[in-house]
Amino acid sequence: MSETSSALLREPWTDVTRQKEADSFGFWIFIASEVMFFGGLFLAYAVNHYLHPHAFKVAVQHTDITYGTINTALLMTSSFFMTAVVRGAPAQMRRTTLIGLSICAALGIVFLVVKGIEYREDISKGLVPGAGFPLEPQAAQIFFGLYWIMTGVHALHLFVGICLVLIIDTLVARRRLPLNSPTIEVVGLYWHFVDIIWMILYPLLYLLGRWS
Amino acid sequence: MNTMVRHVWLYPGLIWLGLLGLLAATIGGAYGGWGEISESLNLLIAVLCVGLIGILFMNLGGASVLVRLAAAAGMFWLLFAFIMTASDYLTR
Repeated sequence: MSETSSALLREPWTDVTRQKEADSFGFWIFIASEVMFFGGLFLAYAVNHYLHPHAFKVAVQHTDITYGTINTALLMTSSFFMTAVVRGAPAQMRRTTLIGLSICAALGIVFLVVKGIEYREDISKGLVPGAGFPLEPQAAQIFFGLYWIMTGVHALHLFVGICLVLIIDTLVARRRLPLNSPTIEVVGLYWHFVDIIWMILYPLLYLLGRWS
Repeated sequence: MNTMVRHVWLYPGLIWLGLLGLLAATIGGAYGGWGEISESLNLLIAVLCVGLIGILFMNLGGASVLVRLAAAAGMFWLLFAFIMTASDYLTR
């Protein structure tokens, strides 16, 4: 076993290949559980869209498509850089890994800033379910209830992703994490998953029924 | 251009351009370019984006059978939840 391989190896594994396979498998099980978590919210959206189609159409027209589109492009771009990191790291492309991770974290932070600006405008327009909600029919509150929960939970996931990316970026920079560590690939999978959730939220919250 | 640069930058770059193209298409559609089927196409494009990221960026296409089964199990139970719920609401 090479020196680098033995540095990566953790108990109970006896070889790195099987350890990487287990890491990947375990993480995909986690992603499957996350799919069920977000799936419940998507299902709630689908049922309420079916029950209150007019209210959802009215509500969608009050979300800000500019912010939503900018954020979608930001996450697509961050996924591109994360893929370059995950492909470049095992090939010992150190600069690519460090710069790529930094760009991913920066794009994630910009996403959260844009989302924060959007939240501020939403609150100033009173688009929060409860007394004094400005839209009619009142069932539009259900849409905005889901909007706040889904985007809030997504933002929380992205915040965790940014922290993970910054941690492995620091560890790689200090040479405390080998470039071929499975940890980089696993963090990459998490980052892409958070991106995927937004790819579904974007049409649900910003597009469906907007101009029909 | 050597093989590694293509693997690390060029191929993911092409997929990224494809994703941005799909984003442009879905906005165009939502602005009325597709008429009555725009909602269906918005959702179809979202599924295409998810497929591109999942299969190519997350490397599900080249993953082991075990990993693909774990991913398929998540999708199966999600589909199951939607079918069971639709069987109630759509038949009332």
